Amino acid sequence: MAVMTVREALRSELREQLKDDRVFIIGEDIGYYGSTYGVTAGFLEEYGTEKIRDAPIAEAGIIGIGIGAAMLGMRPICEIMSVNFSLLAFDQIINHAAKLHYMFGGQITCPMVLRTTNGWRNLSATHSQSFDPMFAYVPGLKVVAPATPADMKALFKASMEDPDPVIFIEHTLMYGVKGEIPDEPYEVKIGESRVAREGKDLTIVTYSRPVHLCMEVAERLSKQEGIECAIIDLRTIRPMDMSKALESFRTTGRAVVVTEEWESHGVQAEIAARLYEHAFDYLDAPIERVGFREIPFPYATNLEDQVVVTPARIEAAIRKVLA
Amino acid sequence: MASTPDTTERYAGLSNEQLIEMYRQMVLIRIFEEKCQEMYTRAKIGGFLHLYVGQEAVAVGTIGALKPEDHIITHYRDHGHAIARGLDTNALMAELFGKATGSAAGLGGSMHLVDVSKNFWGGYAIIGSHLLMACGIGTALKLQKRPEVVMVFFGDGSTNGGEFYEAMNFSQLGKLPVIFVCENNLFAMGTPIAVHTSVQEIYRKACAFDMRSERVDGNDPIATYEATLRAVEYARSGQGPVLLEAVTYRFRGHSAQDTQKYRTREEVEQYRTRDPNQVFRKRLIDDGVMTEEQAVQIEQQAEVEAQGSVDFADQSPPADEKWLTEGVYANPIEPKF
Ligand SMILES: Cc1ncc(C[n+]2csc(CCOP(=O)(O)OP(=O)(O)O)c2C)c(N)n1
Repeated sequence: MAVMTVREALRSELREQLKDDRVFIIGEDIGYYGSTYGVTAGFLEEYGTEKIRDAPIAEAGIIGIGIGAAMLGMRPICEIMSVNFSLLAFDQIINHAAKLHYMFGGQITCPMVLRTTNGWRNLSATHSQSFDPMFAYVPGLKVVAPATPADMKALFKASMEDPDPVIFIEHTLMYGVKGEIPDEPYEVKIGESRVAREGKDLTIVTYSRPVHLCMEVAERLSKQEGIECAIIDLRTIRPMDMSKALESFRTTGRAVVVTEEWESHGVQAEIAARLYEHAFDYLDAPIERVGFREIPFPYATNLEDQVVVTPARIEAAIRKVLA
Repeated sequence: MASTPDTTERYAGLSNEQLIEMYRQMVLIRIFEEKCQEMYTRAKIGGFLHLYVGQEAVAVGTIGALKPEDHIITHYRDHGHAIARGLDTNALMAELFGKATGSAAGLGGSMHLVDVSKNFWGGYAIIGSHLLMACGIGTALKLQKRPEVVMVFFGDGSTNGGEFYEAMNFSQLGKLPVIFVCENNLFAMGTPIAVHTSVQEIYRKACAFDMRSERVDGNDPIATYEATLRAVEYARSGQGPVLLEAVTYRFRGHSAQDTQKYRTREEVEQYRTRDPNQVFRKRLIDDGVMTEEQAVQIEQQAEVEAQGSVDFADQSPPADEKWLTEGVYANPIEPKF
């Protein structure tokens, strides 16, 4: 088993993909600058300007080029530096990438992968958002947001092999997270959740970066108080695989949903609704949710620390559900 | 020192006092920015920090040609514009420290400096967005029959997105009093201008809209001032918007985290030998506008002011926790259960 960071895992899969003649990467500052978060650092020198396409600051253009190229059989990887800038491309993503296959009766496909980042840290209101629920809301898009290096690699491969547009969500605060990558070939399918931790007392349903925060809390509660929390990592939020979460919830009867998004109208509301719909009879306590406090992100650290998802807030929610 | 007719002519009619004030502002921006870098290294400042070092002559030359009633709206590289408009450096540094006394109460940070009382409508961090807001301000000024103009700042990299072209068209179509100031520092983040845009003389982009435009040496505060005066006069007289391209160079990285792989150290050093602050200093002294002693005094005062802003920020209370529950709406909402 090799140990890799999330960044290294992505780099290694991008290299695999770039062997394919149909694949190119287009995005801002991916080449000359050396890549904002280091994922494509050195690629321009290695692969040249046809495959590593430094784009002007024009997000709608980046996605439009991705869609058009995909229509003619290319396999474009469109990088949007931060998800906040994807808003400028929402027409291309939602009105077009998501619609082509259906609207033209299956004649056109759009095998494009949009890589982008969630993340925050003193970046203030317009640079610290998550739009996971906005993407996941749209029929026609697939939304993938892995938490571990192994899943990043495997799910990126799966996204590239998928004939539909995939929103692949990375996290600026997770590139340095390490994990094991199996030596033998392995596969993770889009739309398959995973049990990140077994537990009989309570079920935590989560994905992306909060998986690691939940693990930290669960390990501590286990060691100090013998409380055993199961952690279900959804890995993909559209399609969403609730089978493992429901299986666990039917034994624990208690659940906490932890996601990085504002707490209303989002993915966590959807997760909670599905738990209620499919396992109402097993419910022992109301489901708790932990997400961003519902204000735009403030710059100051003392305030921002109280907006984000923290181990302390996760623990408080667990205690409330167990009480 | 009285200005001789000779110097005022070569200096666009500016008096010695005005010229020295321009130098003072350029020095204050430089020293403030170097302090910011230091405070970032010491983790007093967080997030993205985009410094203005090297571009001082643009802010001072353009904003110097405005009246205080005129409006300014800018991007995230906003410290220089804020200082040239006369915003309180204590409030600016406190903002960067995330303190309650900051210009935006510690909510905005470096990219979102603001002071509406000085008609400084804020720094914006999504490329291109505020160019359209400038058109909105211009529309309001016209509808309200007001005599002011609005000046909007952005970089060369910000002239490739749709919003730039929408703003060009809206403003020319409505003959709006908007001065677009493109600070062409030759890079969009780390992407060289030849890689990111097909027409590299940015001012030529205006011709598609029949808009007046001009290119100026942005490292020369006087040339920049003169070009801006022409633009302001044109816009104020109701003839419409102007696109000014000020060619300049940024000495530091795009942000404080930039490793600058996209350019050589020699290139930066080469530009530093023509540092606009140093060139202007020498010129004013050589022409007898300012003495060496005055220059040194200005530099010392700027150091005192910048350090004073750091001390002020250090001693200020942290951002107020009331912002965790207040301020999202002007008319607050309450969910009902
Ligand atoms: C819509 C959008 N896309 C990308 C970014 C990230 N970004 C911030 S600054 C920048 C480069 C801007 O370059 P330029 O307009 O030349 O201004 P400069 O920074 O050189 O002053 C980029 C790509 C952003 N803030 N907004």
